[in-house]
Amino acid sequence: MSDLDGTIRQVLEAHGRLPSTPSQLKADDDLYERGLSSHASVNVMLALEDAFDVEFPDSLLKRGTFRSIAAIREALESLATPATLKAESR
Amino acid sequence: MSTPEDFRAELLAAGLLVDGGVPGVYHRSFRYESIVRGVQAYVSAPAHEESFLQLSLPPVQARSTLEISGYVSSFPNLMGLISSFAGTEREVAAFLDETEGGGDWASRMTPTDVALCSAACHGLYPMLAGTSLPDEGRRYEVHAWCFRHEPSPDPARMQSFRMHEFVYVGTPSGAEAHRQAWISRATGLLEDLGLAVDVVPANDPFFGRSGRLLASNQRTKELKYELIAPISSPAPGAISSGNYHEDHFGSAFGLRANGDVAHSACFAFGLDRISLALLLRHGLEVEMWPADVRRRLTAGLDAGARAAT
Repeated sequence: MSDLDGTIRQVLEAHGRLPSTPSQLKADDDLYERGLSSHASVNVMLALEDAFDVEFPDSLLKRGTFRSIAAIREALESLATPATLKAESR
Repeated sequence: MSTPEDFRAELLAAGLLVDGGVPGVYHRSFRYESIVRGVQAYVSAPAHEESFLQLSLPPVQARSTLEISGYVSSFPNLMGLISSFAGTEREVAAFLDETEGGGDWASRMTPTDVALCSAACHGLYPMLAGTSLPDEGRRYEVHAWCFRHEPSPDPARMQSFRMHEFVYVGTPSGAEAHRQAWISRATGLLEDLGLAVDVVPANDPFFGRSGRLLASNQRTKELKYELIAPISSPAPGAISSGNYHEDHFGSAFGLRANGDVAHSACFAFGLDRISLALLLRHGLEVEMWPADVRRRLTAGLDAGARAAT
């Protein structure tokens, strides 16, 4: 699980344009309150798809999916088996 | 119940609009134009003292505005970029052969630095880049012919149409207040013309899968409201909209106010859609419209003439 969060944090670091360092964020911190903009959330979404080789279905392309590291983790886990995600996040 | 196609046929038969040869492109009769100008003057009159600047923009804008505003990624399917021939005289012969033979001459064109105007307020932000806005922000009134590439048989969905906008650039609270004030003011103005107006949360038609996420953000945060009314059929469509852009244009164009990145909001009247809604509501004979509606539109024109002198 921590591997997964680590990769999510890396993606946020590279694409989230957040004022604070993602490594300091708690898993359930609200990313929008921490400065994640709408357009940056799109870049995060695309980068997560590349990092984990998944495609978010239309039902997950909504604001709540990217609200926190925990929410992102939950969405990713709904798309693939944890084993797959672990392999991809290495 | 009449359909948009029925209403289009009636407008063409009455000579108010003339088919421009491409779906969604229309020539306007002077009779139709007198309605558009009346509506424009009517919505503009209450705000004459408020705007720092009033501008009428041409139907074209700098191509760079599409890039900087993010329109290229958010609405690539709706935008229009102007191409022209940049070849040599020697290449003209082949070019002419293709033109006359109905060949693919268009692919020999080169994109220029000019694009079709995407929204009236988009022409404003590059003008403000590098200027210092006062702490309380500023208001602007902008009119333009706009373009959306979405050919349709519905006269409510024109490819080329007029937008009259009231824009605010300044602080977050100022931007929200501007939008709310105009939603309320515009609802009253349009209802006074006899239109049945509803105010509903809305989202822009952002492109693709990324667009779905942007639309969800816009809707969840209630950044956009539309004023809807029947336009070309009983099914209501947007005749105006109020948008809070947060710092989107402020960040993109480097606009600052009160020591921070500027936030902006706009309220846009769709002049052609309002004119069609009036024709649908009151009939195609303007002379037969209710006297108070005609008086309001005429009074707007008179007030505009006074303001111009």
